[in-house]
Amino acid sequence: MNLEEYKGVYVFAQQVDNEISSIAFELLGKAKDLAADLNAEVTAVLLGSGIKGLTDQLAEYGADKVIVVDDPELKDYRTEPYAHALASVINKYKPEIMLVGATAIGRDLGPRVSARVATGLTADCTVLEIGDFPLQAVPGQEQLHNQLLMTRPAFGGNTIATIACPYNRPQMATVRAGVMQKIEPIKGAKAVVEEFNPGFTPDNKYVEILDIVKAVTETVDIMDAKILVSGGRGVGSPENFKILEDLAEVLGGTVSCSRAVVDSGWKPKDLQVGQTGKTVRPNLYFAIGISGAIQHVAGMEESDIIVAINKDADAPIFDVADYGVVGDLNKIVPKLTEALKAEIAAAK
Amino acid sequence: MKIVVCIKQVPDTKGGVKFNPDGTLDRGAMLTIMNPDDKAGLEAALKLKDQFGAEVTVVTMGLPKAEEVLREAMAMGADKGILVTDRVLGGADTWATSTTIAGALRNLEYDLIITGRQAIDGDTAQVGPQISEHLNIPVISYAQNIKVEGDSVIVERQFEDRYHVVKAKMPCLITALSELNEPRYMTPGGIFDAYSKEITVWGRADLKDVDDSNLGLKGSPTKIAKASDKVRKGAGEKVNLDPDESVSYIVGKLKEKHVI
Repeated sequence: MNLEEYKGVYVFAQQVDNEISSIAFELLGKAKDLAADLNAEVTAVLLGSGIKGLTDQLAEYGADKVIVVDDPELKDYRTEPYAHALASVINKYKPEIMLVGATAIGRDLGPRVSARVATGLTADCTVLEIGDFPLQAVPGQEQLHNQLLMTRPAFGGNTIATIACPYNRPQMATVRAGVMQKIEPIKGAKAVVEEFNPGFTPDNKYVEILDIVKAVTETVDIMDAKILVSGGRGVGSPENFKILEDLAEVLGGTVSCSRAVVDSGWKPKDLQVGQTGKTVRPNLYFAIGISGAIQHVAGMEESDIIVAINKDADAPIFDVADYGVVGDLNKIVPKLTEALKAEIAAAK
Repeated sequence: MKIVVCIKQVPDTKGGVKFNPDGTLDRGAMLTIMNPDDKAGLEAALKLKDQFGAEVTVVTMGLPKAEEVLREAMAMGADKGILVTDRVLGGADTWATSTTIAGALRNLEYDLIITGRQAIDGDTAQVGPQISEHLNIPVISYAQNIKVEGDSVIVERQFEDRYHVVKAKMPCLITALSELNEPRYMTPGGIFDAYSKEITVWGRADLKDVDDSNLGLKGSPTKIAKASDKVRKGAGEKVNLDPDESVSYIVGKLKEKHVI
């Protein structure tokens, strides 16, 4: 493997039902930073069927170039045709860096492709930067520059590790949704579009999709919310979430919850914040009746402002809260809603 | 039908985490359990055994101590246990681990390989799909339901906002979610049997079609540059006031920060 041949920062531009997933734009935002450090280009890899109309959107979010593989075999996600397409793109275009979203698609596609092209893959990264490996010069070992340093949590958020992939290319990472920042879209931006089709020959690895069952949900995606009012087991009952919903409504926010609430069947899984739920970074996060298990904190600690209300003064949530209030949520939250309503009315 | 279930002994993350000086985990120093997703995978295999009389073999790679999870699996009802252990396999990343396990599985007959989606120590979800790639068989990840019909499996494959009902011809690899089922308990008879059965131990020499350059710490493409306990943002203020004062405090702070 001649490492010098591998150039450019590539992003797997995930689409579902021919709509580009938010994670693709987040990855493009990060790819732009990395490409600037490497003086390289950002390329989006778009796989699907009937998707050629989506390339401008990728350009607006930072892609200099888009490689399109458009084939009926790629209509709905299946591991093999997607892995074949992405691995073929890697083998032909030789990217230095390949970023994939840590989604239910990316966490299946990434490992299959990395094994096929024989390189390393670092999962669920939260920080990506260009730097040296080893970090500090070590006598007797060549220090390599311009390496992708991939930082990720492990052990349910108890530890963090920074990983490099110094002797194989591409350097591959999956990245959690909601962690990287999209750029402000550049209206009218155009990318160089290149169509490529590696050819698809169905074999035993092409599984058959018998049915697609979509979950019915009326709720807003908590990852897009600017204000989250999050409740834990301390809220006491599903009915009592009403006081949180009232608070959220006054602030124009959305209700989310901890794992305990989902496990108790009080709220659906798509509202869950944390290691096994979603990573959120709103401007304001209320943690109400949430003790703050490390798995929960891992999903919300990047919020700009964290306000915690809990009757247990020793609850670990107070270790990450900017403003901690020890007290009874049943007494405080309704009064807070009224007070905010009055403040907001007065400001108008 | 022959089913192989790959299981991993993992540190119980509720306990503390300890490192070796080189930044890799000091697995010997931590309390351990059978990884939850793997246990769900094992339960799925045992259900198929109940239904079709399948033979269930559990395979693990780890320190000699990892024999404990094989015994536990056999006490739950698995028929055979294989421990892959060798000093040269230590420090493996997901690439080297999947290469090793694939090398072991090439010695076995299987219709179905089941792994957990991910282990609670690394959380990578990579080893299952990577094994399937090395063995050149289909993979269905994130299984929330598994059925066998003739020579095929029909699996509900979970995504964030939907699931696909997917059909694949066996042999096939499936990665199981812990939501798949409630794993059964070990039975007293099962525990007795588990300790009367032999566990097969394989080392480097028993791995089939595997190159030394792809094994262990040296054969791992990813390298740890740094590992540490997570540094968290420090605690802010904490107040203990009556409800009205608490409300004024929060409103004051939100105004100060221009949120309202």
